[in-house]
Amino acid sequence: MAEIVPGQAYGFFTDTSVCIGCKACEVACKQWNMLEGHEPVFGDGYDNTGALNDQNWRYVQFIDNVPDETMGTGQGKAWLMMSDVCKHCQHASCMDVCPTGAIIRTEFDTVFIQPDVCNGCRDCISACPYGVIGVDEQKHVAQKCTLCYDRLQGGMEPACAKACPTQSIQFGPLDELHARADQRLADLHAQGVAEANLYGRDQAVYGGLNAFFLLMDKPEAYRLPNQANAVRPGRNNAGGYLTGLVTAVLGVLGGLIALRRRGQPPAQEQPADTEAVGP
Amino acid sequence: MTLLAQAQHFVRPPEWTWFIVPYFFLAGLAGGCYVIATLLRLWGDRGDEPAARLGFYAAFLAFLPCPVLLTLDLTQPLRFWHMLWNTTPGAAGPNFKSWSPMSVGSWVLVVFGLFVTVSFLEVLVRDRGGRSLRLLDGAFGRVWNAVGAVLGLFVAGYTGVLLAVSNQPVWSDTWALGGLFLASGLAGSAALLTLLVRYRPAARASGGMLELSERLWSLLELALLVVFVLTLVPDGTLDDAFGFPWILLWLVAFAGLLPGLGRLVSARLAVTSEGAVVAQPAAASAVVPWVVLLGVLALRAAVILSAQL
Repeated sequence: MAEIVPGQAYGFFTDTSVCIGCKACEVACKQWNMLEGHEPVFGDGYDNTGALNDQNWRYVQFIDNVPDETMGTGQGKAWLMMSDVCKHCQHASCMDVCPTGAIIRTEFDTVFIQPDVCNGCRDCISACPYGVIGVDEQKHVAQKCTLCYDRLQGGMEPACAKACPTQSIQFGPLDELHARADQRLADLHAQGVAEANLYGRDQAVYGGLNAFFLLMDKPEAYRLPNQANAVRPGRNNAGGYLTGLVTAVLGVLGGLIALRRRGQPPAQEQPADTEAVGP
Repeated sequence: MTLLAQAQHFVRPPEWTWFIVPYFFLAGLAGGCYVIATLLRLWGDRGDEPAARLGFYAAFLAFLPCPVLLTLDLTQPLRFWHMLWNTTPGAAGPNFKSWSPMSVGSWVLVVFGLFVTVSFLEVLVRDRGGRSLRLLDGAFGRVWNAVGAVLGLFVAGYTGVLLAVSNQPVWSDTWALGGLFLASGLAGSAALLTLLVRYRPAARASGGMLELSERLWSLLELALLVVFVLTLVPDGTLDDAFGFPWILLWLVAFAGLLPGLGRLVSARLAVTSEGAVVAQPAAASAVVPWVVLLGVLALRAAVILSAQL
């Protein structure tokens, strides 16, 4: 691993085609970041983590993709597995809306929530399109993957990437990761795996993701918004305020009309002189 | 709005619930009452002054719990001031993000709080026969009220924009919420003041204006409700917003519109020989304003809760 230098953009390239669902990333993340975790969730699959949240900064998704019909040799599909994480978006929705300035972009070009600045308004939770952020019940602040900010500052790679036994999670300078991902995609396509695709590698989704993925199905199969749905919260600012402005004008107009066209009050209800004095 | 067969929402709910619903309700009333009070004072006749003063009182009282509710909703309530002051090491200073409705709203609430408080004190002094606030006499006082009314319009409506500027289902699928909440807040404020003038005989002279304005604002609210529904259709989130049990809240919200709309439709507006339209006194029942107010609350509860629970 080359030296980690502030001022350079770093990220994760998560290659889901080689993820085996061992959850070493989840364990390493929790251990390093001292996350207690939530009670396990037991459903009808192998997933007992449930979701990304304040305690789960890495989350291995087990997506049942078992076909109904029997497949031939080499064509078998069983599970889509993906170690999900905060995407550290270039156009981060959480940063857009955060009113306190608690969410910053670090010197490693990652997105970080400052725990001592966050006041727990939860606007970031309403905005994050990936459902990554949660509020810690002990610290009472919003939390998510820091891309091991403290480890980067110490020149160490993030715990999850360090622990991943199959190199499904790769950490490094973003340009290097892009090159590796492009090569891996070309190899898979050459092997006939046409469904392989890169998510977040280019700027189509939130200006590009510092944590991007090689997927083996459409993004929505992994609960990732596709390009058409990758929209930023600020898109409604202009329309929302404009509607409010038009309503305000019509509202004031309505009030003025009501003032002009109201009926005369009954004589006995005329106000007392003492109160009928204007400002 | 994107024209999609079905919008994809993978967000988590922010859990804005039991402090936020009453905050949205009271913010609508505080802003609306200030606007009505200003209309009565600046464009009404001398007989409207008692009702205007009632409006400033109501705006202040409705506003008082707002900062408390917002602070209690924070998971770190003692850091409420971080909304206004960035404490990031090396970047400390005032916080203002024009593209974040919560940031803009925080500042406007502080400034509106000043206007509401000063106007409250002014009418309190005047009602007690004092003349200690000469500064607010004349042009300066009118400008003060007008600026306060603009802020009040913002406070009553920005909460809808705040919801829309997110990636939550329902909220982010429409741009109509700001207008809808504003119209609803105005109608609710008119209903509240209609209720209150019963207890201040001198203010009853403005009853006709309050009732007629409530009808017009209810019509505006209905129009925006239709826009709200239409904007949800392309993204396929109508079921989220109007499914059970939220439909019950929507029914209450719609019931709140009925008194105003009913009176508008039932030709209670009669053209006089002079060509003026006269608002007939409404039924003596005090139930109607309560129904309207309940509808205002239910509207906000339906919008806020249906996207999250």
